[in-house]
Amino acid sequence: MTKILSSENLCKYFGGVRAVDQVDFSVDKGEIFGIIGPNGAGKTTLFNLLTGTLGVTKGKIYFKDGEITNLPPQKVTRLGIARTFQNIKLFEEMEVLENVKIGFHTQTKTNMLDAVLKNNKLKEDEEKVHLEGLKLLERVNMLDKKNNLAKNLSYGDKRRLEIARALAVKPEILLVDEPAAGMNPHETDEVVELLEQLNKEGITVVIIEHDMKVIMGMCDEILVLNNGVKLAQGTAAEVQKNPEVIEAYLGK
Amino acid sequence: MAANIFEKIITNINKNKLKYIFLLIIVLLILPFVVENQYVLHIAVLTLMYVLLSSSLNVIVGYTGQYNIGHVAFYAIGAYTAAIISTRFNLNFIIVILISGFVASLFSLMLGIPTLRLRGIFFAFTTLGFAEITRLTILNWRSLTRGPFGIPGVPIPQIFGMRLSTNTHFYFMIFILLFLMLLMTYRIINSRVGRAWISIREDEQASASMGVDTFKYKIMNLMYGTFWAGVGGAFFAYFAGYVSADSFILDESFRFFAMVLVGGTGTLAGPILGGAVLTILPQVFRSFARYQMIIYGVAILLIIHYKPEGLLGGRTFKRDLSESEDN
Repeated sequence: MTKILSSENLCKYFGGVRAVDQVDFSVDKGEIFGIIGPNGAGKTTLFNLLTGTLGVTKGKIYFKDGEITNLPPQKVTRLGIARTFQNIKLFEEMEVLENVKIGFHTQTKTNMLDAVLKNNKLKEDEEKVHLEGLKLLERVNMLDKKNNLAKNLSYGDKRRLEIARALAVKPEILLVDEPAAGMNPHETDEVVELLEQLNKEGITVVIIEHDMKVIMGMCDEILVLNNGVKLAQGTAAEVQKNPEVIEAYLGK
Repeated sequence: MAANIFEKIITNINKNKLKYIFLLIIVLLILPFVVENQYVLHIAVLTLMYVLLSSSLNVIVGYTGQYNIGHVAFYAIGAYTAAIISTRFNLNFIIVILISGFVASLFSLMLGIPTLRLRGIFFAFTTLGFAEITRLTILNWRSLTRGPFGIPGVPIPQIFGMRLSTNTHFYFMIFILLFLMLLMTYRIINSRVGRAWISIREDEQASASMGVDTFKYKIMNLMYGTFWAGVGGAFFAYFAGYVSADSFILDESFRFFAMVLVGGTGTLAGPILGGAVLTILPQVFRSFARYQMIIYGVAILLIIHYKPEGLLGGRTFKRDLSESEDN
């Protein structure tokens, strides 16, 4: 297996708070990789470091063969890393389809002059973005809602739209932050199915989730964090047997 | 009840958009031939000019969500650029107007590079300061701007040997500029560039994570908006024939802002309505001229309270400038 995303001694301190402390981990290409840990363990902070949303205090992050430590988010995205957010960050006052269209930003070239002149480049880009946007919405079963404003969607739809938008970036690796939070069991199953399907198509998936059934069922490998520190990395069975992990979750 | 009727009218307008736009254009084209009262025509020119200026502010505030309170600075820079070069060089007014737009745009670039990385309220403060700096510079740089005396004698614009000096001429001049501005803006907004702008307004972090270079797009947006403010300023210089620092006090900035807010931010139609209403209304009550700013203030308060998305807006104006920084 080849590594696709990894970190080396990764640290993020907020003043005296060690949100992420000396974390080493590595994700293999093509796997579903879970990150778990109690609240405040540093999972989302780790995502923010990996995607350039936050700057690192110390340590290094590697993507494929290159180092991506402290690259700004838009550059990280261009390399093929897409994400969703724990606290859903959609473009609320835009239509569902428009939300997805923004995901194609890096794959289109229209500049202001093209737009003003309404030239062929604009028309090609718009057509491409429109068709591919519709395809992605079909994929997440939201075609009928394409003209709704994102803010009017149900919670489950918002989560799905966020995944669709991230897919528009055509990522090699997709980081999803609690995709099943607040969903009913049926919606959760749908999201799990979608992520597994995407994984089969070759996208590496990194998932933060509190629902242990989801994590244990779908992940090839799991990273366990507690208080910013890595407790374990391994398969579901290995992690479940690890005494430190049991202690973190259940106490002594 | 009244609100209900209003909603109905808006829905009707939205349904038959093209028809109404066409109708409006026809009416505006006929207007100068029907109206003979020069005073009314003069107000009509000013109205279109304010619509242009508030639309240019709307590009920045309404579409990208950058609270530029010092928009008057770019209007002033455009006006003074036009006055200075047209009184010193014999250039066609179209070229002068273009240059003025670019100069305003260039200043916004210099302002934007250090400040657009600031968020929300801090950018607003900086633009406010920039407006005052610009006004004071104009007042004190006498060798260039003649300071408090202003620059008189801006030449009458000419095209194909025709002197454009009547209200009707200026009416068509601003009509064409406004038409171009709205058409270009419409096209940009409905393209990849416009989507990137709006996504920054909606959620800058998410926008960056979609691959949008948010800083670059904010700069582009600011430069585009201020270009039209500069064009508006240059037009004003020709129309008035005289520029002075008194025309570019902060009140003007608040006036543009009021127009955008009242009409509705982030829509093309909003500032058209807002600009028209807030130019014409104070004229109707011109015997209270010195209470003008009160009209603007009351208009903003009423709108924010009862219809925060503006008369034509679909989007709620965010009262809270301090975007939440959550992880």
